[in-house]
This record gives sequence, structure tokens and C-alpha cells, in this order.
Amino acid sequence: MSHDSTLADLQAAFPDQVVEHPQGLDFTVVVLPDRLRELFLHLRDKAKLNYLSNLTVVDRPERFEVVYHLYSTIEPGPVFVVKVYLPDRESAHVPSAVPVWQSAYYQEREAFDMFGVVFDGHPGLTRLLLWEGFPGHPLRKDFVNRTYSFDEMGQTLPPEDQR
Amino acid sequence: MEDSQTVAALQDEHIDTESISINFGPHHPSTHGVFRMVVRLDGETVVDVEPKIGYLHRGIEKLAEERTYLQIIPLVDRLDYVCPMTNEQAFCLAVEKLGAIEVPERAEYIRVIMAELTRIMSHVLAVGFLWNELGATFTPMIYAYRQREYLQDLFELASGARMFHNYMRPGGVVADLPDGWVARARKQLAEFERFLDQFETLMTENEIFLARTIDVGVLPPELAINCGISGPVLRATGVAYDLRRADPYSIYERFKFEIPTRSHGDTFDRYCQYFAEMRQSLSIIHQALNRLPVGPVFNEKAKRLRLPAGEAYGHIESPKGDLGFYIVSDGKPQPYRFHIRSTCLLNLTALRQMVIGQKLQDLVIIFGSLNVTMADIDR
Amino acid sequence: MEFLDVLPLMIMQWVRTQLDMIMPVWGAEAIVAVIKIILLLAVGIAPVIAFTWAERKTLARAQDRFGPNVAGPYGLVVAFADAIKILTKEDVTPAAADSIVFRLAPGLILVPALLVLAVVPFGRGMVAADLNVGILYAVAMGSVTVLGVLSASWSSRNKYSLVSAFRSLAQLVSYEVPMAFALLAVVLASGSLSTVRIVEAQVVPFAISMPLAALIYFLSSLAEANRSPFDMLESESEIVAGLNLEYSGMRFAMFYIAEYLHIFLVAALTTTLFLGGYKGPLLPGWVWFFGKSLLVVFVVLWIRTTWPRIRLDYLLDFAWKFLVPLGMANLVLVAIAYRLASNPYLAAGLSLVGNLVILLLAGGILVLVARRSQSRRLRAVVLGEA
Repeated sequence: MSHDSTLADLQAAFPDQVVEHPQGLDFTVVVLPDRLRELFLHLRDKAKLNYLSNLTVVDRPERFEVVYHLYSTIEPGPVFVVKVYLPDRESAHVPSAVPVWQSAYYQEREAFDMFGVVFDGHPGLTRLLLWEGFPGHPLRKDFVNRTYSFDEMGQTLPPEDQR
Repeated sequence: MEDSQTVAALQDEHIDTESISINFGPHHPSTHGVFRMVVRLDGETVVDVEPKIGYLHRGIEKLAEERTYLQIIPLVDRLDYVCPMTNEQAFCLAVEKLGAIEVPERAEYIRVIMAELTRIMSHVLAVGFLWNELGATFTPMIYAYRQREYLQDLFELASGARMFHNYMRPGGVVADLPDGWVARARKQLAEFERFLDQFETLMTENEIFLARTIDVGVLPPELAINCGISGPVLRATGVAYDLRRADPYSIYERFKFEIPTRSHGDTFDRYCQYFAEMRQSLSIIHQALNRLPVGPVFNEKAKRLRLPAGEAYGHIESPKGDLGFYIVSDGKPQPYRFHIRSTCLLNLTALRQMVIGQKLQDLVIIFGSLNVTMADIDR
Repeated sequence: MEFLDVLPLMIMQWVRTQLDMIMPVWGAEAIVAVIKIILLLAVGIAPVIAFTWAERKTLARAQDRFGPNVAGPYGLVVAFADAIKILTKEDVTPAAADSIVFRLAPGLILVPALLVLAVVPFGRGMVAADLNVGILYAVAMGSVTVLGVLSASWSSRNKYSLVSAFRSLAQLVSYEVPMAFALLAVVLASGSLSTVRIVEAQVVPFAISMPLAALIYFLSSLAEANRSPFDMLESESEIVAGLNLEYSGMRFAMFYIAEYLHIFLVAALTTTLFLGGYKGPLLPGWVWFFGKSLLVVFVVLWIRTTWPRIRLDYLLDFAWKFLVPLGMANLVLVAIAYRLASNPYLAAGLSLVGNLVILLLAGGILVLVARRSQSRRLRAVVLGEA
């Protein structure tokens, strides 16, 4: 299926979930996070986009953008990008994609680690690259990239029972 | 390890009182880099494994937001340090896609040659280290490494550095190949082909090796795709998905090569997959060397790099798998967001399912056959 | 050459007579015993120091590189440099370790190995103690090593050591059984448990008349010595030197020495039992003995260079399901051959023929088993179809 027909299918199945289709270098579709998991299941099973290659977050001034790059191994072709806009920075929640594609397991943990975006339904959402107790989320634009002293950096070991 | 403490800790976690929990600590000779696994063992059988990463996290994504695109290239080199050229190629691809920069013909051919040489180097390292983990005290590893060193000589002649080459730029490569490089490359590759034949004949039929790798760490293809695994690990399970054919980039459409696959997805298949891919790479390099055109190697218009606002995702088939760069630009010389789609991190997703039920010694072998580099996982 | 052969004995005799003249019998005996012990230690430990050099050189040459060649001519000083380095390292005892057992354990591994040296005949008449039950004594000392391994790893209070100990205990205990069968065949053929009498009984070296027993014994002692391909105990790439993990300094040196001493004992006992010990034309006996032992040591090092490690369950399968039946078959065969034939050459020939028959049968059975093997893939790969 070409991406245009995939989009048409998607719009037919989830009429109010597809927000926009911005023009750009890659085929991008912006959706709402409400029924994200069903949307993903539709994409994986009906549109044969069975390979979630990349999952990341971009910190725009007014919102978080969660970006999913999808491919198909059954009908190989260019990338199909799905984006979710999260305007609320303080409590950014989005349904987890792990039940649909397990490749989201580590990538969502990393997105949580770096940005603080919470993925609901993730089987074990903890920090991946940084230690438990690290203050803040480094890839946010309001995290200052400077030298921190040891005391500012929070405890370096998790408590006894969680090691 | 007082008895009461052990019993209390184990009772806490709802498991058999016979299992012990071992740290395959960050300092370990056979984890490819600083990597920790908390392994729960029942005798010799692995009951659970939980990878803990982040020991090599250098914050490359954040660092890149304060550097110009030219300054990011050395950062990108150090991502997966056994195959630096392909990291650069992926990055340059993403930048050229975003900036609609053209790359001259000769530069494209040189890039293909370097990328395939890097693929060979990475696979030969994978093979050598797998033997090391099997316990054959360095001997096969040194044979493999010797050939790798000869190929690194080629890189040193072309780019000036044995390892972190800093050779490719968005718009081409930084300098042309020196005189006599092509002849030397041909000679070296002929020797490498002899080495491949010799190594395969000598090592692959070893009974101990067969007994230890066949049916060990089987990865079913649907699980592999679902976990986002790519590269030789995926093709060893039977899925013929190679980005050079599926989502072609650079000039790979002009070369005749096959996508080898294996059927079973165990460690032995992954081992044989590396050899098959090395031979295909040799064929591509010979085709490229024969057709190398003359011309410039750098697009002068790309000297002052100003990317328009927008975003692009460029990915290539690196030796480990699908390596992608997601660059979001807002018109400034530095990227707004720079994300690395890490091959090895996703290749690690199925480790738990592959390893549970196997023995401790198999865990080491399975992890070795995945051929991950921690620098790529932690970035 | 006869003169050189008996020279050490003549010197000892002379010393003894001199001492007898100046002191009572018990004094002379005691001093001669002490001299023998010192000589034994020298002869036992000197090769060990040399083997550290030999191993590194052999490994290096097999890997097509030079090995140590800077420290001294051909890198020979490396052996001493290694020893000095280990001795000057700090001796760390982990706080949580059981200190008494922790300190005793290296001794428990080293001392039995040294004790076995007492029954090894280095040349004609050059054996420290010609025990009637020499072989039994050697095997018993090998078993004490098991105790040393267990105490070392348990007292280290370290999970890695524990895991390594579990594996190697299974291995050590399992491989004593095939070793016993092979030894029994030798004892039957020579009619005695004493090492000297076994060497004397070999008109044809037992390796020729019962190659199966030789092979089984060699492999089993490799396993007892925790050497590649049976080096579960110290498999560097998996459990980071398991047993030796918490040891440093002099105690680590003792493990190190014990390991190389075990290799030397494997070689010495193989030579004594199967290769004819100190027998040989022209050259003095002790030259033959050391020559043969060093050849076997070279084979041991060679094996380390080339073979990967076997997984634990295959290891135990190999011992129980393969070596033990072969050993039993060999024992029965040797018993029959040596009973039927009174002429030793005839007996050796009969036994050799029988061994070859057993080998062919075993090979045939293996091929049959492989053909019917569950793992079709293994079959396909081995038969070249995959």
C-alpha cells in the first residue's frame, strides 16, 4: 500500500484522530493520543507497517512532539512518520506502543529519561541511560548544559532494595 | 552473603529459593564494552536477565545541539567505534536529505567503498570475538584481527586516521584517495578473500563449535521484526530486509549483490550470516573499484552549510543494522534536535527472550553473536 | 651413557655413606630425606616457572606473533619477572571472606600436587618414595584437590566463585571415574600399583598397546587439572577467573603454581604410565623422562591454543556416556589379552588390535547415533548440506 492509501484508510477508520498531514521530506501524519493504541494496531496489521524503527521526542517551545518512524518489511518502502503533539509539558502522557511493537520498550524508556514524557502502559518505565535520582530531564531545552557539582547531581546509587 | 540475608532477599522477590542473582558486572571481559546484566540463575540455567545500560552515556544528542554540523561529524564517528565510516555516511545522508545537497559521483563511489570495507571490518571483529567468548584463547581472534589491521591501513592512507576517520562530509568526502590506493586495496582484498576461505574451512566445522552454537539462542522472525531488530541478526532469522534494497540510498541500486539469509536464527546462523555478508561486500567493493569515475570529491556549494528549517530522517544499512539520524533544524547552523536511532539498543530488545532457559555459558555466546557495541547503545 | 644414567644415584649413595660415618642411622636417614625433598621441590617447581614462559611463547607462536622477546634472550627472564611481580603484589583478603578457610585453601590445592611428585620416577632408581600403592596414592591426592577448590570458592563469599565452583566440582568428580578405568587397565597389564614397576613392565609402551586407555587417561587428567578445554574453573571470558577472583599476591601465586604443577603432573604421569617413563636407548633415563614429559606438556599447551571450551552438560555427557563405557571395554579387553598371552609382546599386540576394534565400533556407533540425532540441523551441517 502506498502511504497515501494508508492515510486514506486511517482517516476512514479513525475519522477524528488524524489532525494534519504536514508536507515535508518524509510522509508525516499527526494524530491525537486518545486512541493511539488502536491506531497503531490498525497501522501494524492493516497497513502492514510492522517495523517501528525509531521513537523519539522533540521539545518544541509550545509542545512535546512524540515521533514514530514506521516501516514495512512485507512491502518495503519509504518511511511513514506518525506524530503526536503533547501541549502539556508538566504532565505529558501518551499511551505506550510496547503492546504493539516491542521495539518501543527501550526507546520509550529513553524518551522518559531524557524528556520526562510518561508512556502509560509501559511494562517498567524507569530511567535507561541515567541513574535513578538524576535531577531533571537533560534533553529538554530548559536543562542548562553546564558543569554540575557532585551534590547537585542527586544520589548516584538507588536505595538498597532496588539494586 | 549471609544465609539469612540471602533467604530474606529471595523471599522478597517471589522466586525459587534456589536461584542466585549474579551481576554480569560492568567490568567483564566478554561484554562488548561496559554493560551490566543482572542474571538470575537456577544452577546453570538462566531464569531471568535484565540488561542495565548507561555506563558509556556521553550525551551525544545534547552535545550535538551546540555544535555545527561539521563539528558533529567527529561526535558521530565515536558512536559505534568499530564501524566509524558508516556512522558518518548515515549522518551525511540525513544532512544532505534535509539540505538537498548533491554529492559528486566519485564521492559516492568512494563512500560505498569505505562503507563496505567498514562492513567487512565490523563482521570480522564479530566473528573473532565470538570465538574468544567460546574460549579459544584469542587464537582465532588474532587471525581475524590481523586482517582487520591490514584493512585499517587502507583507511589510514585515505583519511589519516586508523579509527575515527572524520572523512565524510555532507557534500562528499574531505579528500581524494591517494595514488596507489586502489591497487593496494585490490591486493589487500584478494588476501582477505583467501583468509576468509581459510578461516571458514578451519573453524566452522569444529565439533565443539557446532555443539555450542547450533540451536542456541533461537530468534523467531516475527519476534525479531516486532522488536525492531535489524541487520545481520534479522537476516539470519530469514527476513530478507536490507535497507540497501528496501529503502535504497546513495548509489547502491547500481551494484549487483545478493541479500543472503539463513533460516533458523540461532547463533550458528548469525555466525554464518556474517561470512556470507562479508563475501557480498567484497563483491560490491570490486564492482565499485572497477567503475570508479574521475571527478571532484566534494560539492563546493556545501562548504557553507546552512540547512533550511525542517526535519529529515536518514538511515542506512550499517554493519550492525538500521542506523538512522533524525535531524530537526530551525535554520540555525546547529541542529535543533539531533536523535540517533541506535542499532545496537534495539538489537538488544529480544535478548531476554532469547536467553531465558539457556545456560549461563550460552548467555555469553548469544550476547556475543548479537555483536553490539555499548557506545552505540549508550550514545 | 650408563655413567650419566646412574650419576645422581651414585652421588646420593656417596652422600649417604659419608653421613653414615659421622652420625647415627636415623640422622643420616633424616638428612637424606630432607635433601630428597629439596631436590624434589626443585625438580617440580623449576619446570613450573619455565612453563609460564613456555605457555606464553607457544600461544604466541600459534597466533602468529612473537610472544615475550624483550625481557632477556627469547624472553626467558619473563618467567622470573612474572614470579617477582606476583609475589610483590598486595595480599588482599576480602572482609566478608571466611579468613581461616580462605587462607588455607590455596595450600589445600598446592600441597597435594606437590605430594604426588613423590611417586614419580624421574629416572632409573630416582623416585623419592617407591610406594607399593603409588598409583592409588596419586589418584587420592588428586581427589583432595576437589576439597581445596570447594573451600577456596566458598570462603571467597563471591557469587562468581560459587558458580565456578559448582561447575568444576561436577567436572572434577565426574572425570575421576574414566581416569580410574584407564589406570586399572595399566595396573592389570603391569601387575602392580607401583609406578616404578609399571615403568619396568613396559617392554612396549602402553600407549601403543592400549591407545584408548592412554587417550582416556590424558583427557581425564586434563579435566582434573582444569585445563582447556575443560577450564570451567577459570574460564576467563565467562566468569572472570572464577575461583581465583578474590585472591591476589602470594596466594594467587600458589594457585598459579598449582595449576602449572598439575600440568606437569599430567605430563609426568602420562609419561610414566603410558610412554615408558625413563626407558629409552642411548640417552640417560632422566633425559628421556623429561623429554617425554615436555612433549606431553607441549601437547597440553597446544590444546589450549586451539580448542574452544565445551559447555558443562556436554562435558559431563562426554565423561559419563562416552569415556566410561570405552574405559570399561578397554579394561575387559586388556584383562583378556594379558591373561591369554604370556609373552608381553604378544599381549601388547593383541591388546592393540582389540583397542582398534573397539575404536572402530565406537566410531560406527557414533555415526549411527549422529544419523538418528534429534538435531537435524547438526546432521545437515556436519554432512555438508546446510
